[in-house]
Amino acid sequence: MSRARTFADLATASEEGSLASPNMIQNGDMAVSQRATSLTSQTGTFYCVDRFKIIESADAVFTVAQSSTSPEGFNNSLKIDTTTADSSLSSTQYTSIVQNQEGLNLQHLNWGTSNAKPLTVSFHVRSNVTGTYCLLMVAKDATVKYQSQTYTIDSANTWEKKVLTYIGETTTAIPDDNSNSLWIEFCLGSGTGYTSGGATGQAWSSDGTKYFGGQGVNIMASTDNEFLLTGVQMEVGRVATPFKYESFGDNLARCQRYYSKVQYSNWSGRVQSSNAYYIHDGFRQTMRAAPSASILSQSQSSFPTDRNFGDMTVNGVGTQCTASGNADGAYWYTGIALDADL
Amino acid sequence: MIGKMIITKAQWNEYKGNSKENIKATINGVEMFVPIDEANIHYAEIKRQVDAGELTIEDAD
Repeated sequence: MSRARTFADLATASEEGSLASPNMIQNGDMAVSQRATSLTSQTGTFYCVDRFKIIESADAVFTVAQSSTSPEGFNNSLKIDTTTADSSLSSTQYTSIVQNQEGLNLQHLNWGTSNAKPLTVSFHVRSNVTGTYCLLMVAKDATVKYQSQTYTIDSANTWEKKVLTYIGETTTAIPDDNSNSLWIEFCLGSGTGYTSGGATGQAWSSDGTKYFGGQGVNIMASTDNEFLLTGVQMEVGRVATPFKYESFGDNLARCQRYYSKVQYSNWSGRVQSSNAYYIHDGFRQTMRAAPSASILSQSQSSFPTDRNFGDMTVNGVGTQCTASGNADGAYWYTGIALDADL
Repeated sequence: MIGKMIITKAQWNEYKGNSKENIKATINGVEMFVPIDEANIHYAEIKRQVDAGELTIEDAD
Protein backbone atom coordinates (compact mmCIF):
# COMPACT_ATOMS: atom_id res chain seq x y z
CA MET A 1 0.00 0.00 0.00
CA SER A 2 1.35 3.44 -0.89
CA ARG A 3 1.94 6.10 1.76
CA ALA A 4 -0.61 8.33 0.02
CA ARG A 5 -3.18 5.54 0.22
CA THR A 6 -2.43 5.07 3.92
CA PHE A 7 -2.96 8.78 4.63
CA ALA A 8 -6.16 8.78 2.58
CA ASP A 9 -7.50 5.80 4.54
CA LEU A 10 -6.56 7.46 7.82
CA ALA A 11 -8.41 10.61 6.78
CA THR A 12 -11.47 8.55 5.86
CA ALA A 13 -11.27 6.62 9.12
CA SER A 14 -11.06 9.89 11.04
CA GLU A 15 -14.05 11.38 9.23
CA GLU A 16 -16.14 8.26 9.79
CA GLY A 17 -15.23 8.02 13.45
CA SER A 18 -13.41 4.68 13.40
CA LEU A 19 -10.13 6.15 14.64
CA ALA A 20 -11.88 7.12 17.84
CA SER A 21 -14.11 4.06 17.90
CA PRO A 22 -13.24 1.12 20.11
CA ASN A 23 -13.21 -2.40 18.82
CA MET A 24 -16.85 -3.36 19.25
CA ILE A 25 -15.91 -7.03 19.43
CA GLN A 26 -15.11 -8.28 22.92
CA ASN A 27 -12.07 -10.55 23.30
CA GLY A 28 -11.13 -10.19 19.64
CA ASP A 29 -7.60 -11.42 20.41
CA MET A 30 -8.98 -14.58 22.09
CA ALA A 31 -6.89 -13.87 25.21
CA VAL A 32 -9.69 -14.55 27.72
CA SER A 33 -10.99 -18.08 28.12
CA GLN A 34 -12.73 -18.28 31.49
CA ARG A 35 -14.79 -21.42 30.86
CA ALA A 36 -11.99 -23.67 29.60
CA THR A 37 -8.87 -23.53 27.46
CA SER A 38 -9.66 -26.79 25.68
CA LEU A 39 -12.85 -28.77 25.19
CA THR A 40 -13.13 -32.19 23.56
CA SER A 41 -16.13 -34.00 22.07
CA GLN A 42 -18.11 -30.82 21.50
CA THR A 43 -21.46 -30.73 19.70
CA GLY A 44 -24.48 -28.45 19.87
CA THR A 45 -24.03 -24.90 21.20
CA PHE A 46 -21.03 -24.09 23.39
CA TYR A 47 -18.24 -21.67 24.28
CA CYS A 48 -14.50 -22.06 24.71
CA VAL A 49 -12.89 -18.59 24.58
CA ASP A 50 -15.11 -15.86 25.96
CA ARG A 51 -17.81 -14.22 23.86
CA PHE A 52 -17.40 -16.47 20.80
CA LYS A 53 -20.27 -18.96 20.68
CA ILE A 54 -19.90 -22.04 18.51
CA ILE A 55 -23.05 -23.51 17.02
CA GLU A 56 -22.87 -27.00 15.57
CA SER A 57 -26.11 -28.32 14.11
CA ALA A 58 -24.58 -31.11 12.01
CA ASP A 59 -23.29 -34.57 12.93
CA ALA A 60 -19.66 -33.55 13.35
CA VAL A 61 -17.73 -33.47 16.63
CA PHE A 62 -15.03 -30.95 17.51
CA THR A 63 -12.15 -30.30 19.81
CA VAL A 64 -12.08 -26.58 20.51
CA ALA A 65 -9.23 -24.72 22.15
CA GLN A 66 -7.68 -21.40 23.00
CA SER A 67 -4.62 -22.05 20.86
CA SER A 68 -1.16 -20.50 21.03
CA THR A 69 -0.92 -20.75 17.25
CA SER A 70 -1.33 -17.15 16.18
CA PRO A 71 -0.16 -14.55 13.69
CA GLU A 72 2.42 -11.90 14.51
CA GLY A 73 1.08 -9.50 17.10
CA PHE A 74 -1.20 -12.02 18.80
CA ASN A 75 -0.63 -14.75 21.36
CA ASN A 76 -3.87 -16.70 21.03
CA SER A 77 -6.47 -17.89 18.58
CA LEU A 78 -9.70 -19.85 18.70
CA LYS A 79 -9.01 -23.25 17.15
CA ILE A 80 -11.69 -25.65 15.96
CA ASP A 81 -10.53 -29.13 15.06
CA THR A 82 -12.88 -31.67 13.48
CA THR A 83 -12.60 -35.02 15.30
CA THR A 84 -15.68 -36.72 13.84
CA ALA A 85 -16.45 -35.77 10.27
CA ASP A 86 -19.74 -34.96 8.57
CA SER A 87 -19.05 -34.73 4.85
CA SER A 88 -22.66 -34.83 3.67
CA LEU A 89 -24.56 -32.01 5.34
CA SER A 90 -28.33 -32.00 5.07
CA SER A 91 -30.03 -28.88 3.73
CA THR A 92 -30.19 -27.08 7.10
CA GLN A 93 -27.10 -28.37 8.87
CA TYR A 94 -24.27 -25.95 9.54
CA THR A 95 -21.54 -24.89 11.95
CA SER A 96 -20.69 -21.29 12.77
CA ILE A 97 -18.90 -19.01 15.23
CA VAL A 98 -21.03 -16.16 16.55
CA GLN A 99 -20.51 -13.05 18.61
CA ASN A 100 -23.72 -11.30 19.71
CA GLN A 101 -23.86 -7.60 20.54
CA GLU A 102 -26.25 -5.83 22.88
CA GLY A 103 -28.04 -2.65 21.82
CA LEU A 104 -26.50 -0.55 24.60
CA ASN A 105 -23.16 -0.73 22.76
CA LEU A 106 -24.55 0.13 19.32
CA GLN A 107 -26.32 3.45 19.70
CA HIS A 108 -23.54 5.41 18.00
CA LEU A 109 -24.26 3.58 14.74
CA ASN A 110 -27.36 5.73 14.03
CA TRP A 111 -29.11 2.73 12.54
CA GLY A 112 -32.73 3.36 11.67
CA THR A 113 -31.81 6.75 10.19
CA SER A 114 -30.53 7.93 6.83
CA ASN A 115 -27.16 8.48 8.53
CA ALA A 116 -26.76 4.82 9.49
CA LYS A 117 -23.05 4.14 9.75
CA PRO A 118 -21.33 1.24 8.00
CA LEU A 119 -19.25 -1.30 9.92
CA THR A 120 -15.97 -2.87 8.93
CA VAL A 121 -14.92 -6.26 10.26
CA SER A 122 -11.29 -7.37 10.07
CA PHE A 123 -9.79 -10.63 11.29
CA HIS A 124 -6.94 -13.10 10.93
CA VAL A 125 -7.85 -16.59 9.76
CA ARG A 126 -6.02 -19.82 9.02
CA SER A 127 -7.11 -23.26 7.82
CA ASN A 128 -5.85 -26.24 5.88
CA VAL A 129 -9.05 -25.90 3.82
CA THR A 130 -8.67 -23.23 1.14
CA GLY A 131 -11.68 -21.79 -0.62
CA THR A 132 -14.63 -19.48 -0.09
CA TYR A 133 -16.11 -18.78 3.33
CA CYS A 134 -19.05 -16.63 4.41
CA LEU A 135 -19.06 -14.01 7.17
CA LEU A 136 -22.45 -12.51 7.75
CA MET A 137 -23.79 -9.65 9.83
CA VAL A 138 -27.27 -10.00 11.26
CA ALA A 139 -29.55 -7.17 12.40
CA LYS A 140 -32.04 -8.79 14.74
CA ASP A 141 -34.53 -6.07 15.60
CA ALA A 142 -37.93 -6.02 13.88
CA THR A 143 -37.51 -8.34 10.90
CA VAL A 144 -34.27 -10.31 11.06
CA LYS A 145 -32.05 -9.13 8.19
CA TYR A 146 -28.58 -10.02 7.19
CA GLN A 147 -25.70 -9.30 4.87
CA SER A 148 -23.76 -12.37 3.81
CA GLN A 149 -20.37 -11.66 2.30
CA THR A 150 -17.56 -13.94 1.28
CA TYR A 151 -13.82 -14.08 1.73
CA THR A 152 -11.27 -16.57 0.44
CA ILE A 153 -8.57 -18.47 2.24
CA ASP A 154 -5.93 -18.61 -0.48
CA SER A 155 -3.08 -20.58 1.11
CA ALA A 156 -3.37 -23.63 3.32
CA ASN A 157 -2.09 -23.38 6.90
CA THR A 158 -1.12 -19.73 6.51
CA TRP A 159 -2.42 -16.78 8.52
CA GLU A 160 -4.28 -14.32 6.29
CA LYS A 161 -5.92 -11.02 7.23
CA LYS A 162 -9.37 -10.36 5.81
CA VAL A 163 -11.48 -7.19 5.74
CA LEU A 164 -15.19 -6.89 4.94
CA THR A 165 -17.42 -3.81 5.10
CA TYR A 166 -21.16 -3.91 5.81
CA ILE A 167 -23.58 -1.09 5.08
CA GLY A 168 -25.67 0.48 7.85
CA GLU A 169 -29.32 -0.39 8.37
CA THR A 170 -31.54 2.64 7.70
CA THR A 171 -35.05 1.41 8.50
CA THR A 172 -34.99 0.04 12.05
CA ALA A 173 -33.47 1.70 15.10
CA ILE A 174 -31.55 -0.47 17.54
CA PRO A 175 -33.25 -0.49 20.97
CA ASP A 176 -31.11 1.14 23.64
CA ASP A 177 -31.18 -1.90 25.90
CA ASN A 178 -29.29 -5.08 26.81
CA SER A 179 -30.98 -7.35 24.28
CA ASN A 180 -29.24 -9.05 21.37
CA SER A 181 -29.46 -6.60 18.46
CA LEU A 182 -26.66 -7.52 16.09
CA TRP A 183 -24.25 -10.35 15.54
CA ILE A 184 -21.46 -11.46 13.25
CA GLU A 185 -21.29 -15.11 12.25
CA PHE A 186 -18.39 -16.99 10.66
CA CYS A 187 -19.66 -19.99 8.71
CA LEU A 188 -17.53 -23.14 8.74
CA GLY A 189 -19.86 -25.19 6.56
CA SER A 190 -23.53 -25.23 5.64
CA GLY A 191 -26.16 -27.25 3.83
CA THR A 192 -27.60 -25.82 0.64
CA GLY A 193 -30.74 -24.58 2.37
CA TYR A 194 -28.76 -21.57 3.63
CA THR A 195 -26.43 -21.12 0.66
CA SER A 196 -28.34 -21.71 -2.55
CA GLY A 197 -29.39 -18.04 -2.95
CA GLY A 198 -25.79 -16.82 -3.04
CA ALA A 199 -24.28 -14.04 -0.96
CA THR A 200 -26.20 -10.80 -0.48
CA GLY A 201 -23.06 -8.67 -0.75
CA GLN A 202 -23.55 -5.18 0.68
CA ALA A 203 -27.33 -5.42 0.86
CA TRP A 204 -29.75 -6.44 3.60
CA SER A 205 -31.91 -9.48 2.98
CA SER A 206 -34.31 -11.78 4.81
CA ASP A 207 -34.01 -14.54 2.21
CA GLY A 208 -33.02 -17.65 4.18
CA THR A 209 -31.29 -19.21 1.16
CA LYS A 210 -28.74 -16.37 1.31
CA TYR A 211 -27.97 -16.65 5.03
CA PHE A 212 -24.62 -18.37 4.52
CA GLY A 213 -24.59 -17.39 0.84
CA GLY A 214 -21.37 -18.18 -0.96
CA GLN A 215 -20.02 -20.62 1.64
CA GLY A 216 -18.12 -23.09 -0.50
CA VAL A 217 -16.20 -25.26 1.96
CA ASN A 218 -17.07 -27.56 4.80
CA ILE A 219 -14.64 -27.73 7.72
CA MET A 220 -16.57 -30.74 9.01
CA ALA A 221 -15.85 -32.81 5.90
CA SER A 222 -12.70 -34.47 7.25
CA THR A 223 -10.95 -35.12 10.55
CA ASP A 224 -7.88 -33.54 8.93
CA ASN A 225 -9.58 -30.14 9.00
CA GLU A 226 -9.11 -27.23 11.37
CA PHE A 227 -10.04 -23.56 11.48
CA LEU A 228 -8.27 -20.85 13.50
CA LEU A 229 -9.45 -17.29 14.12
CA THR A 230 -8.09 -14.26 15.96
CA GLY A 231 -7.67 -10.49 15.76
CA VAL A 232 -11.38 -9.95 15.20
CA GLN A 233 -12.26 -6.27 15.10
CA MET A 234 -15.50 -4.49 14.23
CA GLU A 235 -15.42 -0.73 13.89
CA VAL A 236 -17.42 2.14 12.52
CA GLY A 237 -16.68 3.16 8.95
CA ARG A 238 -15.36 1.63 5.76
CA VAL A 239 -11.71 1.41 6.74
CA ALA A 240 -10.05 -1.28 8.85
CA THR A 241 -7.64 0.36 11.26
CA PRO A 242 -4.92 -1.63 13.05
CA PHE A 243 -6.16 -3.95 15.80
CA LYS A 244 -6.93 -1.95 18.93
CA TYR A 245 -5.13 -3.81 21.68
CA GLU A 246 -6.31 -3.50 25.25
CA SER A 247 -4.81 -4.70 28.50
CA PHE A 248 -5.71 -8.21 29.63
CA GLY A 249 -7.46 -6.67 32.64
CA ASP A 250 -9.64 -4.43 30.50
CA ASN A 251 -10.41 -7.32 28.16
CA LEU A 252 -11.35 -9.59 31.07
CA ALA A 253 -13.54 -6.91 32.60
CA ARG A 254 -15.47 -6.51 29.34
CA CYS A 255 -15.95 -10.29 29.16
CA GLN A 256 -17.13 -10.48 32.77
CA ARG A 257 -20.23 -8.52 31.81
CA TYR A 258 -21.31 -11.74 30.05
CA TYR A 259 -19.67 -14.57 31.98
CA SER A 260 -17.98 -14.53 35.35
CA LYS A 261 -16.95 -16.73 38.24
CA VAL A 262 -17.08 -16.43 41.99
CA GLN A 263 -14.04 -18.24 43.42
CA TYR A 264 -14.96 -18.90 46.19
CA SER A 265 -18.17 -18.19 48.00
CA ASN A 266 -17.46 -19.34 51.56
CA TRP A 267 -19.08 -19.51 54.96
CA SER A 268 -17.77 -20.90 58.26
CA GLY A 269 -18.87 -20.92 61.88
CA ARG A 270 -21.07 -22.72 64.38
CA VAL A 271 -24.16 -24.37 62.93
CA GLN A 272 -27.32 -26.02 64.16
CA SER A 273 -28.73 -28.91 62.21
CA SER A 274 -31.49 -28.03 59.70
CA ASN A 275 -30.88 -24.29 59.93
CA ALA A 276 -30.30 -22.47 56.66
CA TYR A 277 -27.23 -20.25 56.23
CA TYR A 278 -26.80 -17.63 53.55
CA ILE A 279 -24.08 -15.66 51.90
CA HIS A 280 -24.24 -13.05 49.15
CA ASP A 281 -21.42 -12.38 46.70
CA GLY A 282 -21.08 -9.19 44.71
CA PHE A 283 -19.71 -9.29 41.16
CA ARG A 284 -16.59 -7.50 39.95
CA GLN A 285 -18.52 -6.16 36.96
CA THR A 286 -22.17 -5.33 36.48
CA MET A 287 -23.44 -8.17 34.33
CA ARG A 288 -25.55 -7.70 31.22
CA ALA A 289 -28.58 -9.39 32.82
CA ALA A 290 -29.32 -11.38 35.95
CA PRO A 291 -27.11 -14.42 35.36
CA SER A 292 -27.82 -18.13 35.54
CA ALA A 293 -25.77 -19.74 38.31
CA SER A 294 -24.15 -23.17 38.32
CA ILE A 295 -21.69 -24.97 40.57
CA LEU A 296 -18.05 -25.11 39.50
CA SER A 297 -16.60 -26.74 42.60
CA GLN A 298 -17.46 -27.25 46.25
CA SER A 299 -16.32 -28.52 49.61
CA GLN A 300 -18.12 -28.67 52.95
CA SER A 301 -18.18 -29.90 56.55
CA SER A 302 -21.50 -30.35 58.41
CA PHE A 303 -23.30 -29.27 55.25
CA PRO A 304 -24.72 -31.45 52.45
CA THR A 305 -23.39 -31.32 48.92
CA ASP A 306 -26.54 -29.52 47.75
CA ARG A 307 -26.32 -25.82 47.13
CA ASN A 308 -29.20 -23.49 46.48
CA PHE A 309 -28.88 -20.19 44.64
CA GLY A 310 -31.16 -17.18 44.53
CA ASP A 311 -31.26 -13.38 44.57
CA MET A 312 -29.50 -13.38 41.20
CA THR A 313 -29.18 -9.80 39.96
CA VAL A 314 -26.78 -8.00 37.64
CA ASN A 315 -24.67 -7.20 40.71
CA GLY A 316 -24.63 -10.34 42.83
CA VAL A 317 -25.83 -13.84 43.72
CA GLY A 318 -26.97 -15.47 46.92
CA THR A 319 -26.13 -18.97 48.11
CA GLN A 320 -28.04 -20.98 50.69
CA CYS A 321 -26.91 -24.09 52.51
CA THR A 322 -28.79 -25.99 55.23
CA ALA A 323 -26.66 -27.54 57.95
CA SER A 324 -26.64 -31.30 58.23
CA GLY A 325 -25.46 -31.44 61.84
CA ASN A 326 -24.61 -29.46 64.98
CA ALA A 327 -20.98 -28.39 64.92
CA ASP A 328 -18.39 -25.74 65.57
CA GLY A 329 -16.10 -25.02 62.67
CA ALA A 330 -18.61 -26.00 60.04
CA TYR A 331 -17.94 -24.60 56.59
CA TRP A 332 -18.78 -24.66 52.95
CA TYR A 333 -17.15 -23.10 49.96
CA THR A 334 -18.44 -23.06 46.44
CA GLY A 335 -17.14 -21.95 43.08
CA ILE A 336 -19.97 -20.44 41.04
CA ALA A 337 -20.20 -19.88 37.29
CA LEU A 338 -22.40 -16.97 36.25
CA ASP A 339 -23.70 -16.82 32.71
CA ALA A 340 -25.41 -13.72 31.30
CA ASP A 341 -24.21 -14.14 27.75
CA LEU A 342 -26.36 -13.43 24.72
CA MET B 1 -28.31 -18.39 14.06
CA ILE B 2 -29.38 -18.50 17.69
CA GLY B 3 -28.21 -22.03 18.43
CA LYS B 4 -30.12 -24.87 20.00
CA MET B 5 -30.60 -25.04 23.76
CA ILE B 6 -31.44 -28.53 25.03
CA ILE B 7 -33.45 -28.34 28.25
CA THR B 8 -34.02 -31.75 29.82
CA LYS B 9 -35.48 -30.67 33.16
CA ALA B 10 -37.00 -27.54 34.69
CA GLN B 11 -38.28 -27.15 38.24
CA TRP B 12 -39.32 -24.13 40.30
CA ASN B 13 -36.74 -23.45 42.99
CA GLU B 14 -37.59 -22.19 46.48
CA TYR B 15 -35.29 -19.60 47.99
CA LYS B 16 -35.87 -17.64 51.18
CA GLY B 17 -39.47 -18.88 51.35
CA ASN B 18 -40.37 -17.92 47.79
CA SER B 19 -41.42 -21.16 46.09
CA LYS B 20 -40.93 -19.67 42.60
CA GLU B 21 -37.85 -17.51 43.14
CA ASN B 22 -36.01 -19.04 40.19
CA ILE B 23 -35.93 -22.17 38.02
CA LYS B 24 -33.52 -25.05 38.48
CA ALA B 25 -32.98 -26.43 34.99
CA THR B 26 -30.66 -28.79 33.19
CA ILE B 27 -29.54 -26.98 30.06
CA ASN B 28 -27.14 -28.55 27.58
CA GLY B 29 -26.24 -31.04 30.32
CA VAL B 30 -25.47 -28.43 33.01
CA GLU B 31 -27.65 -27.83 36.09
CA MET B 32 -28.34 -24.09 36.33
CA PHE B 33 -30.35 -21.83 38.59
CA VAL B 34 -32.10 -19.49 36.17
CA PRO B 35 -33.49 -16.12 37.35
CA ILE B 36 -36.90 -14.86 36.24
CA ASP B 37 -35.51 -12.26 33.86
CA GLU B 38 -36.51 -12.13 30.22
CA ALA B 39 -33.11 -10.68 29.34
CA ASN B 40 -31.56 -13.94 30.54
CA ILE B 41 -31.36 -16.17 27.46
CA HIS B 42 -31.91 -19.35 29.50
CA TYR B 43 -35.12 -17.98 31.01
CA ALA B 44 -36.24 -16.67 27.61
CA GLU B 45 -35.79 -20.14 26.10
CA ILE B 46 -37.56 -21.86 29.03
CA LYS B 47 -40.47 -19.45 28.60
CA ARG B 48 -40.55 -20.04 24.86
CA GLN B 49 -40.64 -23.81 25.29
CA VAL B 50 -43.32 -23.61 28.00
CA ASP B 51 -45.47 -21.32 25.84
CA ALA B 52 -45.02 -23.75 22.93
CA GLY B 53 -46.09 -26.69 25.08
CA GLU B 54 -42.69 -28.32 24.75
CA LEU B 55 -41.66 -28.03 28.41
CA THR B 56 -43.34 -28.17 31.80
CA ILE B 57 -41.86 -26.57 34.91
CA GLU B 58 -42.25 -28.93 37.84
CA ASP B 59 -43.24 -27.67 41.28
CA ALA B 60 -40.53 -27.02 43.85
CA ASP B 61 -39.54 -29.86 46.16
